[in-house]
Amino acid sequence: MSKQVKVVEIEEVAIRFSGDSGDGMQLTGTLFSDSSAVFGNDVSTFPDYPAEIRAPQGTVAGVSGFQVHFGHAQINTPGDFCDVLVAMNPAALKANFRWVKSDGIIIYDIDAFDEKNILKAGYKVNPFEEEKVGAIQVISAPISSLTRESLKDTGLDQKSIMRCKNMFALGIVSWLFDRPLEHAVSFFNKKFSKKPVLVEANTKALYDGYYYAETIEAFTSHFRVKPAEIEKGTYRNINGNTAVAWGLMAAAENAGLGLFVGSYPITPATGILEELASRKDLKVKTFQAEDEIAGICTAIGASYAGCLAATTTSGPGLALKGEAIGLAVMTELPLVVVDVQRGGPSTGLPTKTEQSDLMQALFGRNGESPVVVLAASTPSNCFDFAYQASKIAIEHMTPVILMTDGFLANGSEPWKIPDPDEFPVIKVPRPKESPENWLPYVRDPETLVRTWAIPGTPGFEHRVGSLEKADRTGNVSYVPENHELMTHIRDAKIQKVALDIPPLEIIGDPDADLLLMGWGGTYGHLLSALNEIRGEGHKLALAHFNYINPLPLNTGDIMSRFKKRLVCEINLGQFASFLRMKLPEYSYRQFNKIMGLPFTVRDLTEVILKNLED
Amino acid sequence: MDVKQLQPEDFKSDQMVRWCAGCGDHAILSATLKALPQIGYKHEDVVFISGIGCSSRFPYYVNTYGVHGIHGRAMAIASGVKVANPALSVWIITGDGDSLAIGGNHFMHLIRRDIDVNLILFNNRIYGLTKGQYSPTSIHGALSKTSPYGTVERPFKPGGITIGAGGSFFARTIDSMPKMSTEILLEAAKHIGASIVEVMQNCVIFNDNTWADITDRENRDDRIILLKHREPMIFGKNQDKGLILKDNQLQVVQLGEGGYSEKDVLVHDTQTEFAGIHLMLATMDYPKYPVAMGVIRSCNLQAAYERKLEDQIDAVRSRSEIKTVRDLLHSGATWEV
Repeated sequence: MSKQVKVVEIEEVAIRFSGDSGDGMQLTGTLFSDSSAVFGNDVSTFPDYPAEIRAPQGTVAGVSGFQVHFGHAQINTPGDFCDVLVAMNPAALKANFRWVKSDGIIIYDIDAFDEKNILKAGYKVNPFEEEKVGAIQVISAPISSLTRESLKDTGLDQKSIMRCKNMFALGIVSWLFDRPLEHAVSFFNKKFSKKPVLVEANTKALYDGYYYAETIEAFTSHFRVKPAEIEKGTYRNINGNTAVAWGLMAAAENAGLGLFVGSYPITPATGILEELASRKDLKVKTFQAEDEIAGICTAIGASYAGCLAATTTSGPGLALKGEAIGLAVMTELPLVVVDVQRGGPSTGLPTKTEQSDLMQALFGRNGESPVVVLAASTPSNCFDFAYQASKIAIEHMTPVILMTDGFLANGSEPWKIPDPDEFPVIKVPRPKESPENWLPYVRDPETLVRTWAIPGTPGFEHRVGSLEKADRTGNVSYVPENHELMTHIRDAKIQKVALDIPPLEIIGDPDADLLLMGWGGTYGHLLSALNEIRGEGHKLALAHFNYINPLPLNTGDIMSRFKKRLVCEINLGQFASFLRMKLPEYSYRQFNKIMGLPFTVRDLTEVILKNLED
Repeated sequence: MDVKQLQPEDFKSDQMVRWCAGCGDHAILSATLKALPQIGYKHEDVVFISGIGCSSRFPYYVNTYGVHGIHGRAMAIASGVKVANPALSVWIITGDGDSLAIGGNHFMHLIRRDIDVNLILFNNRIYGLTKGQYSPTSIHGALSKTSPYGTVERPFKPGGITIGAGGSFFARTIDSMPKMSTEILLEAAKHIGASIVEVMQNCVIFNDNTWADITDRENRDDRIILLKHREPMIFGKNQDKGLILKDNQLQVVQLGEGGYSEKDVLVHDTQTEFAGIHLMLATMDYPKYPVAMGVIRSCNLQAAYERKLEDQIDAVRSRSEIKTVRDLLHSGATWEV
């Protein structure tokens, strides 16, 4: 105990916890990141888990990982590579070795590295010889056996004891990075309030892991990451899915409307429905529908009846909802469709992230069927854009598709809690005329928005429907000229939303030659790459889009200020194609990755440097 | 307060009714318009929702709120309307293709949830709006444009699906018997839960006389049985036939013959929870049996879905400390910087 351990101050650290799907790695990572956030670091997280709930134990297919990146300075991404890998079995090492920095640390549970598991992971004899370990510091810790020893007197059965080994591992890492343990302990108290033995066991495993690390003298130093300099305020951690759910609730409350959400469970969007389902205290009505189509159709019904209505889904679900989105376009009813993108096509990569639904969101419907498309760009601004999507849907009487992705949905970061009094006002377009002078498809001449009369209001009885509407009356019309007029009106109505959205901003050097461009969930990585490149003395600018359709009015103006434009996306170039269609006078370079993973800053900086040169 | 008694005329919209002359839909519209003033809802509190098909034009012809939806989805749209605002009287207008083919899933789940809406299923055993293809209720072997050699598939029986899905209300009527239709629609409106009303409806263009052997004025008294709660199951022109249960099966007997008299005949109970007898009655087919008309099942199994949801919201609200979004934002682990 008396050994003098060197304390090293470092700016930022990325840690990856990894193990079997059943090893509790997501919880371990979450507790560590929450503790770090409470401690005052800036934090970004990235859960990386398989679609299978419990793939065969010990196999690479069943490895679940959670990366936490925290620092003294601003943290924009979960980090490309990790400084520390915690591997609970050989498969975890196999799946994650490529993400360990060349001077990093691997802490592994030697008890799980038996012959059977080693072979199962695809190694032959000794994983650490078969991988090119080089300068990586490898620390073996008998995590399983020490947990067993530590908890033998708790009265728990072996299986329950083994479920605490993740907390032993968390204890080790907490010591290594000088993290307080109080947050985890208070979590146990809450989570297991009815099972005190589990509070005791998890707490003991955590502390014993901590003291083990302190005692073993395996670590030459431990590290301290000072709190970040963050704007004053009250903070909490939030992930993208929760932020979307809360943004919808905030919008409904501010607009004075009920919130109805009709959805069908689908990875990675389900978390939004789950959060909303638990918010009956705020009068949220959730309807777990029989399928994706029923999800959106119930929402359209609820919208007609006067609620702020939303449906939440991922790519395959968005495909199923296409026809009904068209119904909302035709009936001109407010509707928020949240698409948490994942790898496609078809079932694709349900738990992995991608940006490949953009064209589907913009154009994936029959007929001329324009909708507003927004994209959130950080876990916490999912709140702002869910709010904004609701505001636009209501004020412009239109469906709005809000794009997030698996990376934003599950990633979390500290969030300065906003003041609801400062949320923008949402004006509900109710009829102002008396019923006898009112028609359902008469529009505001400026915005082209019709008014929203809801059942239960005397005198405003009217029918809407999927057949083409006659201008003003909303009656069924097959008149050729009317169809053309209405098609143009619906298009112009969406384009007029551009008047209500903020201009596109440039981050970085306005006088750079190269404009880096992206949209949605790649913001953190693009920003980090921008900072790195500028830190090396190059000039570079970034334009990141949250408003896709309509584009901000100054988009063309910004394009014109740069010699070269590089559009970076996790797809084969969908936004670049959209820009070529909308602003064909400019040329666009592309950088595309499609591995089901976020960009790495390293890949981005490499490609940026190349593009700066030629 | 002097409230004007609404008349059927008050529920008529100003839109021209565009169904074919002689279409059974006209009679169903008129029977519905007669029922609406009696259901106890104001104009503005009534909503008609339809899918796609000839019958689904119905909402345009009723002067209430309404949505003409997309194919097969009326049940889902209506579910959203009713859950959003349980104070509304919500009616679904659908056809055999709309509700039992493309919308089959929503039909089942509407019934399973027992949302308090009324569904009128216009069953003409054909796709009319697409001009004459067989439907999921077309008889086995039916000739149509897409089955020129006859279908090789069994039809659905709407009553069988309704009761099989745990339905709490099923009734049947005939388009050409509007008085009976109005009475049944009023019963449907009264029932709390998903009320399914099948109307045997004639498509004069693509499937003319599809129900004629049952519904023809000349013969129908011998071929249908109008079931009434707590009344014996007797039918026939001369009220001389009855239904009995023998060897676990329904059987038609001639009263006064073979020793059978009125006291042997089953007495209809719409409210019995036991669905077996209702299933047998709802799926009776001519010529072996008379086809059952009237309310076959009306059983309050539970409070309606939307009511239970409201109750749950009230219960959670009364015990939660989170009353506003502001409370929510500050709930759980937060810290000061």
